[in-house]
Amino acid sequence: MTTLRTDPRLADPDGFYAALMEAHRGLGDAASRRLDARLVILLANHIGDDAVLREAIALARATGGGGSPAAPVPGANPPRV
Amino acid sequence: YDRLGLGPRFLEKGVTWNTGRVFAGDAEAYAFDLLPEQGHAYPAFVNLQQYYAEEWLVEACAATGRVDLRWRNRVAEVENRPDGALLTVETPDGAYRLRAEWLLACDGARSGIREALCLPFVGQVFRDRFLIADVRMDLPHPAERRFWFDPPFHPGRTVLLHRQADGEWRVDFQLDADSDPDEERRPERVEARLRAMLGAAVPVEITWASVYTFRCRRLERFRHGRTFFVGDSAHQVSPFGARGGNSGVQDADNLGWKLAAVLESGAPDSLLDSYDAERGPAADENIRHSARSTDFITPKSGAALAYRDAVLELAEKHALARPLVNSGRLSRPTVLSGSPLSTPAGAPLAALPAGSPPVDAPVLRDGQPDWLLRHLNPEGRFTLLAFDETGLRAPAAPPGVSLLVVAEREAAPGRRFPGVLVDHSGLVARRWGCAPGEAVLLRPDGHVAAGFRAPTPEAVRAAHARALGNPAVAAAA
Repeated sequence: MTTLRTDPRLADPDGFYAALMEAHRGLGDAASRRLDARLVILLANHIGDDAVLREAIALARATGGGGSPAAPVPGANPPRV
Repeated sequence: YDRLGLGPRFLEKGVTWNTGRVFAGDAEAYAFDLLPEQGHAYPAFVNLQQYYAEEWLVEACAATGRVDLRWRNRVAEVENRPDGALLTVETPDGAYRLRAEWLLACDGARSGIREALCLPFVGQVFRDRFLIADVRMDLPHPAERRFWFDPPFHPGRTVLLHRQADGEWRVDFQLDADSDPDEERRPERVEARLRAMLGAAVPVEITWASVYTFRCRRLERFRHGRTFFVGDSAHQVSPFGARGGNSGVQDADNLGWKLAAVLESGAPDSLLDSYDAERGPAADENIRHSARSTDFITPKSGAALAYRDAVLELAEKHALARPLVNSGRLSRPTVLSGSPLSTPAGAPLAALPAGSPPVDAPVLRDGQPDWLLRHLNPEGRFTLLAFDETGLRAPAAPPGVSLLVVAEREAAPGRRFPGVLVDHSGLVARRWGCAPGEAVLLRPDGHVAAGFRAPTPEAVRAAHARALGNPAVAAAA
């Protein structure tokens, strides 16, 4: 069973980082957000393996600031009835 | 509906469609075909106003002579007892008490019976409002489902359009959560939205308009002793994907034969527990799909909006994103996996798994073109669907089970066995994953109860008994 690889694999980390920053250059917040989203979808499709993707999502969630339930945005969460 | 003899009427009156198109902005994001394969008696979807279905079902009830439909009778009180329900029924001429041995609550999303029994109906509310209108107009569009995200004529919101019978179109406009339903329902407002969409030239006649919010909710259990909840009274979904009415019909089809078996054939009461065991997960599946669609259509956070728009941006040019575009996943009958009534396959079979709904295919009967599904479950019985080369050999079917044989080919040109269906295109064998010698036991609702590599009378009897709620008998066999 494949799992998410977390060993460092980028041949040129600074080069990749710069390319990412360059891709965002000149974009406002909303456009930047959508660019990241498109990138996630493209890369997720390339990876394809559902288990790996879910592991990545869980790891990303756990390592963010405030790892557990995010503070609700007013009106964002549908109320339970 | 075909089993009730109503299929042809639906086809004739309704609008058939198989394809849908999804637009983002003013560009087409992608198109889909719900039934890309040929060789089914019926198309993927038929659009028909519900009041036609209701009218014809009322006629069909009357034709049986066994249904007493009491109009303007309202259940005001319910007492649910172990041996039945005691109802107080109000009518314009006064109230009366009615004792029911079995009570089927088919009284919809605002079920009075559910309220009377104080049963929690919990889930999720989606705050956005939707304006839904039936409009008579002459549009050159073909009969396909059209869905728009952020069209120029309704910026930042979604629109759904599809054709119904009688030259009417159903159109849904997504509105803001705080829009005023009374204001939005006014014909002038509706017409203004239609004008923006269609231009000034097309005459429109608004026959009906209403504003909705959507909910996905369910009862925890659908069976409460002698009382059963069927359809929207048990589970409520948002309409994307045509899952509400359709799943209600499937509920009824699931419960009906089981009740008949208990009342007429001595099946154990525990058979009726399987209604909840099977239709509960089906409701969860429908709720999951319609909630996901609603989240995509009405994103509620910055992230949801960014991702929704990102998917649409990618989908126009990149096929990889199209499966993510969720404007409604059109409903399919649920596979009743894990049903207690199913017999697990002893050896791996290529056949449709237990719990699957039946799949249609073209056949020849007495040399004439026909359809497989037409011959399943005659008179609401179980069917043993057996595969053979010519139909010469067939397993014995136990009492209460009809035998239907599908042959690979005729015994000799023009020589055929009566009642045997000839799989002249090979599609039955391919779609069911069955080879000569194998067989499948189907319940009266058409779902697969068991598959057999080489059916023995004992194995078929055991599977039949189990499908009627008798696990002890099956174990003994």
